[in-house]
Amino acid sequence: MTYINELLFGVFPYIAGAVFLLGSLVRFDKSQYTWRTGSSQMLSNDRKFIIGNNLFHIGVIALFFGHLFGLLTPTAVYTSLGMSTGTKQLVAIVAGGIFGLICLVGIAILAYRRTTDPRVRRTGGQMDMFILYLLFAQLLTGLLTIPVSTGHLDGEVMLQITGWAQSLVTFRPDAASYIMDIHWIYKLHMFLGMIMFLIFPFTRLVHIWSLPLGYVTRAYQVVRKRPVV
Amino acid sequence: MKVRAQIGKVLNLDKCIGCHTCSVTCKNVWTSREGMEYAWFNNVETKPGIGYPKDWENQERWNGGWSMKSGKLKPKAGGKWRLLAKIFANPDLPGIDEYYEPFNYDYQRLHNAPDSRHQPVAKPFSALTGQPMDKIEWGPNWEEILGGEFEKRSRDYNFANVQKEIYGQFENTFMMYLPRLCEHCLNPTCVASCPSGAIYKREEDGIVLIDQDKCRGWRMCISGCPYKKIYYNWQAGKSEKCTFCFPRIEVGQPTVCSETCVGRIRYLGVILYDADRIKEAASVASEQELYEEQMRVFLDPHDPEVIKAAREEGIPDEWLEAAKRSPVYKMAMKWRVAFPLHPEYRTLPMVWYIPPLSPIQAAADAGAIESDGLIPQVRNLRIPVKYLANLLTAGDERPIVRALERMLAMRRFKRSQTIEGKPEPELLSQVGLDEETVEDMYKIMALADYDDRFDIPTAKRELSLEDPYGERSGCGFSFGDGCHTTSGGATRTDIFGGKPSRRRGFPARVEFKVRKNTETEGE
Repeated sequence: MTYINELLFGVFPYIAGAVFLLGSLVRFDKSQYTWRTGSSQMLSNDRKFIIGNNLFHIGVIALFFGHLFGLLTPTAVYTSLGMSTGTKQLVAIVAGGIFGLICLVGIAILAYRRTTDPRVRRTGGQMDMFILYLLFAQLLTGLLTIPVSTGHLDGEVMLQITGWAQSLVTFRPDAASYIMDIHWIYKLHMFLGMIMFLIFPFTRLVHIWSLPLGYVTRAYQVVRKRPVV
Repeated sequence: MKVRAQIGKVLNLDKCIGCHTCSVTCKNVWTSREGMEYAWFNNVETKPGIGYPKDWENQERWNGGWSMKSGKLKPKAGGKWRLLAKIFANPDLPGIDEYYEPFNYDYQRLHNAPDSRHQPVAKPFSALTGQPMDKIEWGPNWEEILGGEFEKRSRDYNFANVQKEIYGQFENTFMMYLPRLCEHCLNPTCVASCPSGAIYKREEDGIVLIDQDKCRGWRMCISGCPYKKIYYNWQAGKSEKCTFCFPRIEVGQPTVCSETCVGRIRYLGVILYDADRIKEAASVASEQELYEEQMRVFLDPHDPEVIKAAREEGIPDEWLEAAKRSPVYKMAMKWRVAFPLHPEYRTLPMVWYIPPLSPIQAAADAGAIESDGLIPQVRNLRIPVKYLANLLTAGDERPIVRALERMLAMRRFKRSQTIEGKPEPELLSQVGLDEETVEDMYKIMALADYDDRFDIPTAKRELSLEDPYGERSGCGFSFGDGCHTTSGGATRTDIFGGKPSRRRGFPARVEFKVRKNTETEGE
């Protein structure tokens, strides 16, 4: 058991992380033509899509940043700001629950569309379908941790999980031992999360890297000069 | 003054016969690929009609082009943050049905159909799903030669302020062709609305292109372009547009649509413009002044000041010489017979249109033709001047009237000269022309020899930093990953999701089931 735990939560995260970073870099360099959002909006463009896709993205972006700050903010930082671990857990449950539900409605609409609309289904790739259902599963496991969490509101499990995450990013060898005995639903959620990082470079998710914030400061018109002697 | 040069284009609608040769040759060269079947970089519309995609001119619906509502020049769809807020689902994006569902015909059916009482037919099947289509509902040119009822066609945006009902009557009906391609604007909204900054205008020749590597498929350009001349390739997930056949233009050849035009209606030539004046010209308050303002952006290629400034910008002398001879400059700026398409979109388009003459409406009432002296009254032409003005000058009829009068005067003068043998130069002064100008107009607009239509200086690659010798035998023009080998590699699956570029993968044709014992299939 300890060996499996060490393999999945001590070693695998680094493999997934390495593939995520290196894979993204290689794809960007070698195959940028395939680097796109993969939008299918024009093939099936109705209100359902507009609502579904907005809900999904708003939800998933909030969840991403929630996890990022929730997992990686050192305990000392928020306790010094007067927030107890119990309060933090409650915030995580409430915010995660709300955005999780928003995202769930969105992804349910999108999954229904991709599965039933013949144009979207037949023009999309297998990977598009796979990543959609993986996200769906990830979201469901995330929401299923909420009932388990409400059974222990003291924030102890959260400390175990943040300890694991923070040990991972600071390259401590004992990361996996933090979460040895947490509920399996958390572990499943974490494992699926790492799968997501692993396959990221091979999916349309790469468009996340290209968040076009530079647009805001750019001049409207773009003129390219040809390099002249 | 910041002088730049652009290869501009004029289309003489007076001579367009609506044969679609331009569209077909363009399609065969550029958009016959998977994902682009529905796209026509060049298409020809019959007007009046709602066009392709449906109702494209109606910016209340598609929010394309620019707006001056807040007193500042901004894309009609909104400023930068507003645009980014729409990035997950663009509410202004036309769905593919607004163009048409692309289809192929099951021609094999004609060969392999079993014996039957009736002739077998090649049924259409969707290029999106491979499924049979019961009925084709719309196509790239559904309104060809006034197809469909007037009720639907009359939703044409150019009927604004026209009492359109009478044009639905057979004896008053009118028709013209409008070939359309990317306008390669001076102030393009597609460029302005691209979040990735992938669309750009080339400084040396003004061609607007999409960097296929940098495009991320945010699809804001598609709704941003008021002419709907950017197309989303659903297979590649990238936007594509008319390239102005830049590989041909660079070596001094006309674009494919221009080269193959059997009516000789297309002209290509250099125009010099002042890049510092673009924003000011696009920001003028009144829409009807936009045409005149745009004319002020252009520079006189004979002016020594302009030539000096152009040389300082590094514009080659061959280009400056070509600018002096340019048929586009002559027709659009000197003779004022060619106009921009929908200047009210504030994009400062660079493809110009000569309005068509049409039969004299009142000719039916024998002998009752009104005329201003020797020139027939332009208002008696079958195509309403207001309609043309809505199309070409944001509704200002005066420039259109002047252009039509000049064309009529040219005809009348050449007729008096060559048929009646008694030239009547006095009718030219009525429209501000002289004999020498009319002879030049006649040579370029009526005779339209190849060399007079196309005056394209080459791209001067020898001045470019890259070593042209090194490019020899390198990878030439290609789509997508054409020259990298990721998609054409040894394995059948590309790990990054690309598709094999060498052959078409999709859609596989869905076999039509042969129904037994039905009347049509017979035995």
